[in-house]
Amino acid sequence: MEYLSLFVKSIFVDNMIFAYFLGMCSYLAVSKNVKTASGLGVAVIFVLLVTLPINYLLNKYVLGPNALIEGVDLSFLSLITFIAVIAAIVQLVEMVVEKFSPTLYAELGIFLPLIAVNCAILGGSLFMQQRDFANVGEAAVFSLGSGLGWFLAIVTLAAIREKMSYSNVPAPLKGIGITFITVGLMAMAFMTFMGISL
Amino acid sequence: MNPIFKGNPITTLILGICSALAVTVQLKGAFVMGLSVIVVTSFSNFIVSCMRNSIPTRVRIIVQLVVVSLMVILVDQFLKAYAYSIEKQLSVYIGLIITNCIVMGRIEAFGLGNKPIPSFLDGLANGAGYAMILIIIAFFRELLGSGTLFGFRIIPECIYNAGYMNNGLVILPPMALILLGCIVWVQRSIQKDLQEK
Repeated sequence: MEYLSLFVKSIFVDNMIFAYFLGMCSYLAVSKNVKTASGLGVAVIFVLLVTLPINYLLNKYVLGPNALIEGVDLSFLSLITFIAVIAAIVQLVEMVVEKFSPTLYAELGIFLPLIAVNCAILGGSLFMQQRDFANVGEAAVFSLGSGLGWFLAIVTLAAIREKMSYSNVPAPLKGIGITFITVGLMAMAFMTFMGISL
Repeated sequence: MNPIFKGNPITTLILGICSALAVTVQLKGAFVMGLSVIVVTSFSNFIVSCMRNSIPTRVRIIVQLVVVSLMVILVDQFLKAYAYSIEKQLSVYIGLIITNCIVMGRIEAFGLGNKPIPSFLDGLANGAGYAMILIIIAFFRELLGSGTLFGFRIIPECIYNAGYMNNGLVILPPMALILLGCIVWVQRSIQKDLQEK
């Protein structure tokens, strides 16, 4: 039951985009049509799900206070470790996917390498460190939930933007301006989930 | 001066949005965040530019990431030592400067191809452009949301007594996005050549 509530909470209440603004750059850049948006969304879910548990274990057994050597706190190295793990995993995932599923690889295309610098991934690891999860399972559920939340957000925005290309938007607002305002309104809608406790 | 107004990294290039929105509830946090980004962009641009002839192109992303995360760790430790409460308030967003696209974008676009001193200035100007937008958003959010600026009360007590209330919505995340949309709107109505077709 705890896992379920964490899962739902990380999708809706603590949505990566609408509550923390993580991964905004690629979110705004790649949301012009639904197909590419869902490709990037799937890639984000995948990478989050792989990197977050690994970073959790590293954080708990190598970097934390008194974890590796008694009396040594290596937590100041966590940033550089996390980003190195993420970059390495992205590279690895890319190679594995290319070898075993060329169709998926072709579909994800350029998005996989770009994910290394997506703040949602690093942000997920940093939130995991901050929230102090009890075990790997919780970290994995959290990563799946946040990934799904991100996916949901980018696909909805892409769908709205596709429809919006037919509407009459004031010239200075066209493109990025109206997108910001749309995301703002979507975030307001998502805020209704706040305060739901499971 | 170009990156501060016309080619502003946030409003025209749409880089570094994540942190721009999350830390702008109060001016103090926005100010510190802006300063940190200025330091990180200018120095990492400078360092990468110094090494630009010895970095093999194939591994350049990793080298850049290492340089940037080094700078971010320095800033983070510095803030932890001298401004602990603000560091706590900014939480993960200081660490997220590593993946801030402005830093990587400027290194790729400018630092790799230019001499150290111009690269330093380029980083400085882009960081300043970023900080400016942060401060504008934070100014409105703190003034309308809590009636204070830098923690000092600006809106006098008598207005509250006359029935004025702080706008709670402005403190919440969605309003930051809408404010940023409005800033883009204002900028593009002044500079017509930036408008999209």
